[in-house]
Amino acid sequence: MLTLYGAQFASHLLLGTAHYPSPECLRQAVEASGAQIVTVSLRRESARARTGQGFWALIEELGCRVLPNTAGCRTAKEAITTAKMARELFGTNWIKLEVIANDDTLQPDLFGLVEAAAALTEDGFEVLPYTTEDLSAAERLIAAGCAVLMPWAAPIGSARGLTNKDALKTLRAYFPDTPLLIDAGIGTPSHAAEAMEMGYNGVLLNTAVAKAGDPVKMAEAFAKAVEAGRLAFEAGLIEPRDMASPSTPLAGTPFFKIDHAS
Amino acid sequence: MKVLLNGEPFATDAKNLDELCARLGLAEAKIATALNGSFVAAASREETPLTDADEIEIVAPRQGG
Repeated sequence: MLTLYGAQFASHLLLGTAHYPSPECLRQAVEASGAQIVTVSLRRESARARTGQGFWALIEELGCRVLPNTAGCRTAKEAITTAKMARELFGTNWIKLEVIANDDTLQPDLFGLVEAAAALTEDGFEVLPYTTEDLSAAERLIAAGCAVLMPWAAPIGSARGLTNKDALKTLRAYFPDTPLLIDAGIGTPSHAAEAMEMGYNGVLLNTAVAKAGDPVKMAEAFAKAVEAGRLAFEAGLIEPRDMASPSTPLAGTPFFKIDHAS
Repeated sequence: MKVLLNGEPFATDAKNLDELCARLGLAEAKIATALNGSFVAAASREETPLTDADEIEIVAPRQGG
């Protein structure tokens, strides 16, 4: 069970809604993923195209909890205003807080992130910050009121997987009681499974499913990988060792003889 | 007067933000608004006057990751 700000979810996978080949494909992929939380954004609405109105009808049909983001915001002020618009638009005080520092890496601006997280928490939001694996940033975000952290695995859309495993393990160990979701950079189901085996509470991904050859099948693959990883973590993984250790019992091995000569 | 609507120059004589949204056919639409970088709640649009060179954002739900 995944618990975020008191709400419980059977699925540990959160799915983005962008870049699918068609709205129908998005609907089927969400269904196949079993995700109970989907991320959305807000963008300028044209009076003529009214693009957002049709999209909203589709999202309502999915029946998932909606997690709006502040994607594209470059300053704390932009993110705060965007979050307030999202709260009214989507009727939720949850916000996936993004303050972006750099166009090439889309890495979080940790200083702006902490500033915006504090202001939004004060205003009644429940903030899910898109952050890095940095420990001091995590401490500041928790102090600012964040009860969930979402560190990146790799740059958004890069599909490179867990590029800094040691730091992600350290982050997990430092904050054993804080729900941690891997957000961004996941490319394959095995990346997602590995994050879950490390004890992460969930995985948020978009591009790896939406841009797959068959997004619906890939959504199912990720669903299985995430739940397999979670089960493995709960079961308790064995420690790796340098030397072999026979899995078949030695006792009773045919032809086995103790060398009494030595 | 001339305002900047969603980043584009736009001529209007709408007296307030609510009237502007209505003239754009968005009165009943699922939208949110900001004026000069600050959020304006739906309930406050009518009492939010517009002046020359105002920067207005009108947004709606969209796909996101």
